[in-house]
Amino acid sequence: MNIFRTIMVALTALMRTKTRSILTMLGVIIGVGAVIAMVSIGEGAKARVAAQFEAMGTSTLIVSGGSNQAGGARGGAGSRLTLTWEDLEAIKGLPEVGAAAPQLRGNAQVVSETSNWQTQINASTPDWFIVRSWKVVAGEQFTAADVAGARKVAVIGKTVATNLFGDEDPVGATIRIDRTPFTVVGVLEAKGTSAFGSDNDDVVLVPTKTYLSKLSGGNARYLSGQIMVMAASPTQTTAALASISELLRNRHKIRPGADDDFTVRDLTSVAKAQAESAGTITSLLAGVALVSLLVGGIGIMNIMLVSVTERTREIGLRMAVGAKPGSVRLQFLVEAMVLSLVGGLVGIGAGLGAGHYMAASFGFPLPVNPSIVVLAVGVSAAVGIGFGLYPAHRASRMDPITALRHE
Amino acid sequence: MAVPSPSASASVAPPVAAPPAPVPAPATGDVVMEVRGLTKTYGSGETTVHALRGVDLEVRRREFVAIMGPSGSGKSTLMNLLGCLDVPTAGVYKLAGEDVARLSRDRLAEVRNRTLGFVFQNYNLLPRTSALENVQLPLLYAGVGRRELKARATEALGRVGLASRMDHRPNQLSGGQQQRVAIARALVNRPAVILADEATGNLDTRTSLEIIALFQELAAGEDGMTIVFVTHEPDVAAFCSRVVVVRDGRIVSDQQQPPASAAAALAALPPEEAS
Repeated sequence: MNIFRTIMVALTALMRTKTRSILTMLGVIIGVGAVIAMVSIGEGAKARVAAQFEAMGTSTLIVSGGSNQAGGARGGAGSRLTLTWEDLEAIKGLPEVGAAAPQLRGNAQVVSETSNWQTQINASTPDWFIVRSWKVVAGEQFTAADVAGARKVAVIGKTVATNLFGDEDPVGATIRIDRTPFTVVGVLEAKGTSAFGSDNDDVVLVPTKTYLSKLSGGNARYLSGQIMVMAASPTQTTAALASISELLRNRHKIRPGADDDFTVRDLTSVAKAQAESAGTITSLLAGVALVSLLVGGIGIMNIMLVSVTERTREIGLRMAVGAKPGSVRLQFLVEAMVLSLVGGLVGIGAGLGAGHYMAASFGFPLPVNPSIVVLAVGVSAAVGIGFGLYPAHRASRMDPITALRHE
Repeated sequence: MAVPSPSASASVAPPVAAPPAPVPAPATGDVVMEVRGLTKTYGSGETTVHALRGVDLEVRRREFVAIMGPSGSGKSTLMNLLGCLDVPTAGVYKLAGEDVARLSRDRLAEVRNRTLGFVFQNYNLLPRTSALENVQLPLLYAGVGRRELKARATEALGRVGLASRMDHRPNQLSGGQQQRVAIARALVNRPAVILADEATGNLDTRTSLEIIALFQELAAGEDGMTIVFVTHEPDVAAFCSRVVVVRDGRIVSDQQQPPASAAAALAALPPEEAS
């Protein structure tokens, strides 16, 4: 009997007990579905973390000022002004550094003709667009001349644009930041939620000089914010970090053994840690899902054993009319495999559906990883063979005489 | 002479009311089954059971042999051995010229498929499966092509008078009809021998006669099949051309007889019983 005919015989046998077949498959459907859904969601979470750090610029270092120490109570990084504008220029000169930009931060009420909005004001130079790898989608970036001339121009984020202007084009419009009128010259590309949960697009960017003269009142020598640095290439991030530390220690005349009066943070390592933790959670979820697949497999074995016992006379008859032990074994093995494979395929559909739904409600991307689909099909086939082998073997070992007399 | 002598002295009278001397009947054809010194023992040591203690038997083409005997006589063991469902402990068994006493399980399966047809007391049809598919079963294992599969199964169902019930399932058929399906399944692969094990045991008189008439047709018809019918009913044995009685693992009586006609017996039944 050829394999095609064996499959047909197995299918016919399964169709005779439809309800039971479907219920048996349900175990595999849930198992495979859970694996696919969990792994997809895990991959989605990983991809989101990756996308968030991509948005921040992966080879980015952040240099902050030293902490303020007063009577034993130490303030956070940057609470004491130690970075100078000259430090910034010196950092720009390092060979490992691709670009560096200051980033001063404040909050202000921004008012358009029709609306107003409390938002974060960032002040920087045109290098900022490079370091943050952030494009302007409408209008223009402000220029070095704008910075030098302390011109009252602003580039606004998508959220701000929407809140102040609705559907209208904000480029060329005037907004007031703390009563100072600024001309909107550009709108930033939307970047979505940051790795830390805040809205990246809720921001207004103005030239540093304008910010210091009109909005905050600054210090000519010290840089009252952070320096964002992009390494010359992603592989040089670590080298750049070391060079910057050495440069600043020299410039700040810190003795060997003394603490730094600044902090350099590497966003890549943060990204890696986050991706790793997402990966761990994925493995954990997949592991739990695999257990349910295993339970589904045991369900198949259970039903196949019941089926073999119940169909003892059928087996005896098949043997009497000429079925070899091998044909009987193959038939039951194929039945188990059909149950697990069909269950697996439906499970993939269910898993992708569930993953899609959950991804949509969590706001994840859902990358469908073909290898996990292949893996799920492979695992469910293996479950079919693994858990079908014993019942099939039992069926093939039956003595036709005893089997025919079985009641 | 086709009738072998009993291998031991027949100290017990045969239970069948048969003529004391064997009726000499002309040989009906070539030898299909040849059994010499067939022995079967189960277990070993003190618990050994001698189910068959040396049986000699020769069955020719077109014979309709009844094998009779009380339970525990070794009748079933003989049936199993003749049906290639079991292998003997000792002895020779030639089926259609082939020595099958020492074959492997796989080879025995092939012999059963090619040379033998089985009819059981409880029909043994696959439930929830149409008559046609039931009849096709032996052909599936014979590797017959799809088109021929259907043609031959249809033909076999026609032979047993069920051409109009091909798509019926066993639970939609009467007992007699189910047994006809089983007979169609037995003859679909054109076997040399049909082995019937109490094939009328579950049927009423009329239906039994119909089934026996069918067997008589198969033995007398073109196919010239050999029927070995295991039964404990003397009524049924009367329709056979030869009656073999087994007791205590030996053949104690083996007699040719002019068989009664089942068709005639059927016609003689009161008409109100007509189904």
